[in-house]
Amino acid sequence: MARMFRVIGPFMLIALVAVAFLKIDPLSRFQDSVPPAEALMIERINIDDDGFRFLVRSEGTDAVSIAQVQVDGAYWQFEQIPPGPIARLGTVWIHIPYPWIHGEAHHVALLTGTGTPFEYSIDVAVPTSQGLGGDWLFYGLVGLFVGFVPVVLGMLFLPAIRQAGPETMGFVLALTMGLLGYLFVDTLAEGLDFAEEAAETFSMREMVWIVALLTGAVLFLIGRRLDNGISPAMLAWTIALGIGLHNLGEGLAIGGALAGGAVALGSFLVIGFTLHNITEGIGIVAPLTGERPGMPLLFGLAALAGLPAVLGLWLGVQAVSPHWGAMAMAVGTGAILQVLIEIALIIRKRYFGEGAARPVGGIVAGGTLGLVLMYATSLIVTA
Amino acid sequence: MNFPRLSRRNLLGTGFLGSLLGLTATHASTALAASETQSGAMHHDKHAMGAMMTVGEVDNARNGFDPHAMLTDWERGTTSVGADGRVTREFEVTAEDKEIEIAPGIFFPAWTYNGRVPGPTLRATEGERLRIIFRNHGSMPHTMHFHGIHGASMDGVSGAGEISPGEEFVYEFDARPFGCHLYHCHSIPLKRHLHKGLYGAFIIDPDPERHPEAVDSARSRLLGTPENARWQELLMVMNGFDTNFDEENEVYAVNTVAHAYSKKPIVIDRDRPIRIYLVNITEFDPINSFHIHGNFFDYYDHGTTLEPTSRIIDTVMLCQAQRGIIEMSFKDFEPGLYMFHAHQAEFVELGWMSHFEVRA
Repeated sequence: MARMFRVIGPFMLIALVAVAFLKIDPLSRFQDSVPPAEALMIERINIDDDGFRFLVRSEGTDAVSIAQVQVDGAYWQFEQIPPGPIARLGTVWIHIPYPWIHGEAHHVALLTGTGTPFEYSIDVAVPTSQGLGGDWLFYGLVGLFVGFVPVVLGMLFLPAIRQAGPETMGFVLALTMGLLGYLFVDTLAEGLDFAEEAAETFSMREMVWIVALLTGAVLFLIGRRLDNGISPAMLAWTIALGIGLHNLGEGLAIGGALAGGAVALGSFLVIGFTLHNITEGIGIVAPLTGERPGMPLLFGLAALAGLPAVLGLWLGVQAVSPHWGAMAMAVGTGAILQVLIEIALIIRKRYFGEGAARPVGGIVAGGTLGLVLMYATSLIVTA
Repeated sequence: MNFPRLSRRNLLGTGFLGSLLGLTATHASTALAASETQSGAMHHDKHAMGAMMTVGEVDNARNGFDPHAMLTDWERGTTSVGADGRVTREFEVTAEDKEIEIAPGIFFPAWTYNGRVPGPTLRATEGERLRIIFRNHGSMPHTMHFHGIHGASMDGVSGAGEISPGEEFVYEFDARPFGCHLYHCHSIPLKRHLHKGLYGAFIIDPDPERHPEAVDSARSRLLGTPENARWQELLMVMNGFDTNFDEENEVYAVNTVAHAYSKKPIVIDRDRPIRIYLVNITEFDPINSFHIHGNFFDYYDHGTTLEPTSRIIDTVMLCQAQRGIIEMSFKDFEPGLYMFHAHQAEFVELGWMSHFEVRA
């Protein structure tokens, strides 16, 4: 009995304090004349022949009612599903039949019961392919070119790397670290970008960091459970996983951009991005220079690293809420972090152990070149 | 407005579609061709404005005023005749805070005269002595500043008729000049006291005896005469509401409620002439305007003349506090809906859109 009370007691006390606080309600002194804080955010947009469909989330302290909708500064009829006030963190769909104009910008404002407008801009209106429609193949192809193809191309460097001596191998491993180091920062930044767009209540900025570190730690510990540390093939798999999650995030973003209508022409950009991602392929096979990997293993690695881009595109085109994008990026960041640590450990073991060569120049040069390569190819992409 | 952040993600996307347009040229071109036809899916419904309309209805009973009733709701006050035979007309006006519904579901924390926006339409006759008993039941100091001829002590500004909550003041002056005027609060900050709803129309009908050269015109303007009775007289106060207090209006209307006369057109007997007492009190925008479809009108700027100041026009522009009288007729016109609205498309789309339903 006493033991049970030791467990239940604190809980009872917590409940008691909560009740007392609500009873006394000292905050009521401050809330007298303050209207409820209203906040609405648009998480997803679909554009089709019928007009606009918005997924709207309420972030206010109280339920929020959408009283009227303005499109391009005009009151417009709309339908809310389900109708009624939106509970805190609840979502509704707003359907606005609107004769939108292809390729032009439209501005939408949702007015609450107090007449507070929450505004959203559609930069370039193009139809979003709801449920992909007949375009899934088209989008899949984009995904293949974004992820799978460059990774495979990069892996073709394996025979060349293999011919190198141990000195050069250190260089290649350091190069991989450089590449992944860049991806680590980039993925984290993308995750934080997504977090910025997500509902504030979800604290996604903090969650991106936490999930990234947690993923990194868990993957690292799993690696430690293996005897003898992590095997080269295992390392290649984890690198592929990290890059795969990164590419999933890229796919989401590209899909979202296509769906959101941020479209401009410039076919040279694809070449830039292919170059950019070829380096990912080199990174994956770098640990395998001492092995004789068969085609199934190589294909599997390429698929794990590259195909998530296809999946990401498909999901992204259907407009995924930004908090899911942030999560995908956070997991990718964690996976890349773990790989960075693993490769660092390998480099230390091989080249900085007792009586080892300590090729500092080659390592520094490799790491720097990796970062420079990624940065340079990213310049082409963002040109 | 949310302007797009140019991030690498967006650009990645743009690059990729571009490249693939090249790679899968046939597919892409058909996709583009298809998308051309995807814009412009128009939706029409019962309103003449299609889907460009607020959703739902304003609860007039809850507001305590009906924009349709306001069109003809002249506040005459009470009169007494002095020993010298002169008429004294007395009005009672109370300032009070009140939340009003200005568009379906949108509630505005207004300051009102007599619980309505615009305030009561005070209507007197030229030459009468006017006494306006003003009480402040609101939460801020307020005044009633009349556009008319009066002494400095009756001006309704700070130090001359401004009263604190709970106080009372009596404005007293002669009704002149005849015309279509207005009153509003002149306490500071001015913009806030105006756009919160403290304004109303103040009409002084001409006394025919003082205008022997235009007796008929004067009689037709004088409320209560048979000549006046054949006119369809309407009060229209053009106003706007800045619901988020960013010095831009979210809602525009005539007599407060957005789209009120669009959802329920004003019924007009085409055989009787129309006279509109038009007042512009819109805050934040330099001008407002009135435009009639399919017809033209004569206009009396400030209503202070018995001859039109503009003839045969279909659009008139008014700055804030400018007002005038519109006279027009639909005699022998095809029955049906005739739009009238501001000819600032922006105001139209934000609520200042109305219809006459002309009946034979």
